[in-house]
Amino acid sequence: MNAALAEARPSNSAFDVEKVRADFPILSREVHGKPLVYLDSAASAQKPRQVIEAETRVYEEEYANVHRGVHYLSQAATQKFEATRTRIASFINAPDENEVVFTRGASEAINLVAFSYAAHFLKEGDEILISELEHHSNIVPWQLAAQRNGAVIRAIPICQDGQIDMAAYADLLGPRTKMVAITAQSNALGIIPPLERMIPMAHDASAKVLVDGCQAITHRPVDVQAMGCDFFAFSGHKIYGPTGVGALWGRAELLEAMPPWQGGGEMIARVGIEKSTYKGIPHRFEAGTPAIAQVIALKDALDYVDGLGMGAIAEHEAMLLDHAVRRLEAMDGVTIIGTSPAKASIVSFLLDGIHPHDIGTIVDREGVAVRVGHHCAQPVMEYYDIAATVRASFGLYNTLAEVDALIASLEKTREIFA
Amino acid sequence: MDDLRDLYQEVILDHGKNPRNFRHPEDANRHAEGDNPLCGDRLTIYLKIGHNGLVEDVAFEGRGCAISMASASMMTEIIAGKTEEAARALFHRFHDFVTGKEEIEGADDEDLEKLIVLAGVKQFPMRVKCATLAWHTMTAAMDGENVVTTE
Ligand SMILES: Cc1ncc(COP(=O)(O)O)c(C=O)c1O
Repeated sequence: MNAALAEARPSNSAFDVEKVRADFPILSREVHGKPLVYLDSAASAQKPRQVIEAETRVYEEEYANVHRGVHYLSQAATQKFEATRTRIASFINAPDENEVVFTRGASEAINLVAFSYAAHFLKEGDEILISELEHHSNIVPWQLAAQRNGAVIRAIPICQDGQIDMAAYADLLGPRTKMVAITAQSNALGIIPPLERMIPMAHDASAKVLVDGCQAITHRPVDVQAMGCDFFAFSGHKIYGPTGVGALWGRAELLEAMPPWQGGGEMIARVGIEKSTYKGIPHRFEAGTPAIAQVIALKDALDYVDGLGMGAIAEHEAMLLDHAVRRLEAMDGVTIIGTSPAKASIVSFLLDGIHPHDIGTIVDREGVAVRVGHHCAQPVMEYYDIAATVRASFGLYNTLAEVDALIASLEKTREIFA
Repeated sequence: MDDLRDLYQEVILDHGKNPRNFRHPEDANRHAEGDNPLCGDRLTIYLKIGHNGLVEDVAFEGRGCAISMASASMMTEIIAGKTEEAARALFHRFHDFVTGKEEIEGADDEDLEKLIVLAGVKQFPMRVKCATLAWHTMTAAMDGENVVTTE
């Protein structure tokens, strides 16, 4: 189904979760003799048959290296490969598909901007703002870039409810601010920062904005033009696609000014021993043989979620989150971390007197897969002065009964620790 | 559930909830911080080692899962009064035991026997680091390395 059809579909159309589940072979397996209850999609989502088959089909029917051969298979593979670029552009409403650069994932996309943009265009004393909500992948690349050019990293603080402290953000913005790197949704808490206000504020200060869309893209429609950001990064594996592929979207005029950051095949126009010239965007940033089959199958993942409708998915997940929060709040001794209402599909919590790591081990024996730990977001944990949380994250295939299974497994944990 | 009951035995839950020697001795002459980045557990081991190499006092502070807290708590009870060398040797055997390299049947060693309650971690490979964190940190403190991580 194409994007236009998907949009035409009413978002309150009945979402048949059982039919969706039948598309995901892994969901029918058992773990420790119990039905799998997979509540860790924020770390990586499971794959529908459509994606698995698409990847297999590449190897069985149309595999060859891309952009290199005149032979039939190479051209067929190249066409499919480029079709994913076009599909990503339509999925995030990018004005031009050449603004979509394939990467290994969100981490590599952010590193690309940190090294090719920030390391070149920022000078000593320029400031990069990152929020305390960020995943380590949207922190460390900026630190590495700053070490090269003497730029300064400043933290946008959060409030007790997990939301951005907007007054502090306004104070931090100034003539030295050159880059704001902010998540569209916290992977640790599920909190959604108010980008519709934050991005214009950054632009008023003449800063560029990179949005880490790794979580957000799986839970609601993304429109980079409406959002108004300058760069947008995401990973395929979180949106029910293969691992090893993701993308950076960037405004053409910025990408065009940016030097290559990795050298190799694919990215060059002409190579001499001492000097080479480079291709235009996006190929300039795509050195070496890419994850061909994975890129091709990523299109099937985007088609899959679009077929269900991002609006319908968001509604289904909101219902799950709502149920989870209500049931958790009804339990004694549960503390939910990050209580701002601007939140989707993720709930992070503590159980009084029981360490998250112990909870994770015990609920696992009930077949319930949750993530316990710092979720690659140690600054968030530091803010709350905790070492870890339990995080349940919901995907389009989860059910209310699975939320109940989580609660039952938590009650069992309580019994063991009673 | 049986594996779980083995892992979370009464003794472990008790040490986890009421850790022994959970304090910062003023006269400690060695200390090290242990960090388990996987789950964010962090503890500090304090040692007072006498001129004769005896562990005169051992205590800890920090936070972590029931397994790491219980293991630290039990360790402080067991190694107090031992020589550094004996404490290291005990860790060596304990480590082999929880990683399944050595089977321990009953009472060839009274200290090791106390630690048998931690045997449940063998069924939970991800949790072995929790059971050994305090011990790694203790040896780091003895070696004068002040920070140790399980990664
Ligand atoms: C918000 C956020 N940003 C970035 C990343 C990094 O993604 P990847 O590991 O796929 O590069 C993740 C993944 O955990 C994430 O949740």
